[in-house]
Amino acid sequence: MLDEFRRQYAWQIREFFFTVKLLRRNPSAVAGFVIITGMVAMALTAPVLAPYNPIQISLGERLGPPGGAHWFGTDELGRDILTRVMYGARISLWIGVLVVAIAGGLGAVIGAVSGYLGHRVDNLIMRAMDVVLSFPPLVLAMALAAALGPSLNNAILAVAFVMIPKFARMVRGEALAVKEKQFIAAARASGAGSLWIVWHHILPNCFSSVIVLGTLILGETILIAASLSFIGLGTQPPTPEWGAMISVGRKFLMDQWWYATFPGLFILVTVIGFNIFGDALRDVLDPRIRR
Amino acid sequence: MRILSYILKRLIYLIPVLLGVTLLVFIISHAIPGDPARMMAGQKASREAIDNLRHSMGLDRPLPEQYLQYLAGLVQGDLGFSIRNQRPVMEDMLDFFPATLELTLVSMVVCVSVGIPLGIISAVRRNRPIDHASRVFSVIGVSMPVFWLGLMLLLLFYRNLGWLPGSGRLDIGLDPPAHVTGLYLIDTLLEGSVGKFRNALLHILLPAFCLSYVYLAIITRIVRSSMISVMGLDFITTARANGIAETVITLKHCLKNSLIPTVTITGLSIGELLGGAILTETIFNWPGMGKYVVDSVNFLDFPALMGFTLVVSFTYVMINLAVDVIYAFLDPQIRY
Repeated sequence: MLDEFRRQYAWQIREFFFTVKLLRRNPSAVAGFVIITGMVAMALTAPVLAPYNPIQISLGERLGPPGGAHWFGTDELGRDILTRVMYGARISLWIGVLVVAIAGGLGAVIGAVSGYLGHRVDNLIMRAMDVVLSFPPLVLAMALAAALGPSLNNAILAVAFVMIPKFARMVRGEALAVKEKQFIAAARASGAGSLWIVWHHILPNCFSSVIVLGTLILGETILIAASLSFIGLGTQPPTPEWGAMISVGRKFLMDQWWYATFPGLFILVTVIGFNIFGDALRDVLDPRIRR
Repeated sequence: MRILSYILKRLIYLIPVLLGVTLLVFIISHAIPGDPARMMAGQKASREAIDNLRHSMGLDRPLPEQYLQYLAGLVQGDLGFSIRNQRPVMEDMLDFFPATLELTLVSMVVCVSVGIPLGIISAVRRNRPIDHASRVFSVIGVSMPVFWLGLMLLLLFYRNLGWLPGSGRLDIGLDPPAHVTGLYLIDTLLEGSVGKFRNALLHILLPAFCLSYVYLAIITRIVRSSMISVMGLDFITTARANGIAETVITLKHCLKNSLIPTVTITGLSIGELLGGAILTETIFNWPGMGKYVVDSVNFLDFPALMGFTLVVSFTYVMINLAVDVIYAFLDPQIRY
């Protein structure tokens, strides 16, 4: 079973290990990877490692400064900010992954179909994508999230909708190039249908670009989602979310600096992780730079 | 002549996009939230009152007809009626626009006047310490949550150092200057009061820096990479072989030829700045469209939110058109 898998995907496996090897030589890829795995580990282990309960109210310890028992201080309800920041990673990463999965999946299919079929379908789809791109991302996400009603799931839908054209445009460009290749002509000659070709040939050939764009968009998604929460359109209290924590912490900025500072620092570091890893991944996967 | 026909072509192409934009905003505002009449009438209104309102707003007619009605209103500058302020959204927009425009323009100046020189220096001193520093500065910039940056700037410059004011466009005791352009930096000078100009300038520094940082980072990277690619070209080597001074080569030959990507990204940034203004204005209590729309969201004032969305995206589309036209002027190789 395993041998058969190895044989069938021999080329892909070799390619994967070669990419990993190149990435390990690239300092910013390593730095980005360390940050991302650190954040993921923190999100996964929060229930075990976090020192307190993220929504346990303890009014006796309201707005305490950072120190011994509470490294990042406490908030206006006496909850431990370090604990809430750790749990916040679960939400931000979850939003990021889900948005990229939805937008990347839909966007890739839309782009591949549009590029492969061409002509009228392509024109129609791309004009529709142009319309979505005619809005600054945050503005459209805000309008959608407000119309759908403030909640975590609606924020995810809104941000995913805004991100679809970015994937669709890129995959369409790749599809235009791939469809001129001979193996496509061969597939068509042996009677393959359009959808079959899109699924089995076009999409797999766009996979690595989608991964690169997805990594970079993950960072952007975390920023936009946190901005929506900050405005009051994302996750609702008492859920510990970084943007929402900053939104409340803002009221205490002048006297309790730690409240808004720590969640923001974690947003910044997480997004830096995805951005530098994504950039490095793009360099490594780019066939022109690669060998 | 060819450029005129190019502009014409772009304008015609704009029509379906703008129609699409209005359609999308219409769908969001009319189809998704359920019932605008109920929102307009409020929670406690009777069923009859809501039905009357629905009829007078035309909401009982089929959706395509409503869309046409909506378009007809837009053409006459009708963006709907703000629930919170009880007046047309268009009037609100006109009132809040100058503050946003001023903030955006000053941010743009910061972006260009810092970003371009920084990009040039990084390109000339490639892989030296200053280039690495500018790379770190840029990565932090594109990863920065704008609203958090604003709060940190307030903590540092307003609370801890006390160097700069923390909110508004002028100190509370000062009267705003007579309305000419609506831009305080210009109006105060027209009035001839230097003290007020200084005050307005101090007020705009923090929000403008906060808003510009992200795009500053992007512009720096673009200038750097396009400078580097031009520097490798043959005509630069020729110029150098002819003994032309290095400064002249950098500033005249290289910079001029790497301006095109810079213009594109600068133009796109103006549109993005409008989006970023939402967060910056909220943090710094800047009385512009961005703060207006966040207040509207918190009040569930949908007409105001949708009006803002439409105005911003129209502006965004127009700026992109302008960028494409400038692009065509700058690069004679572009085929129209």
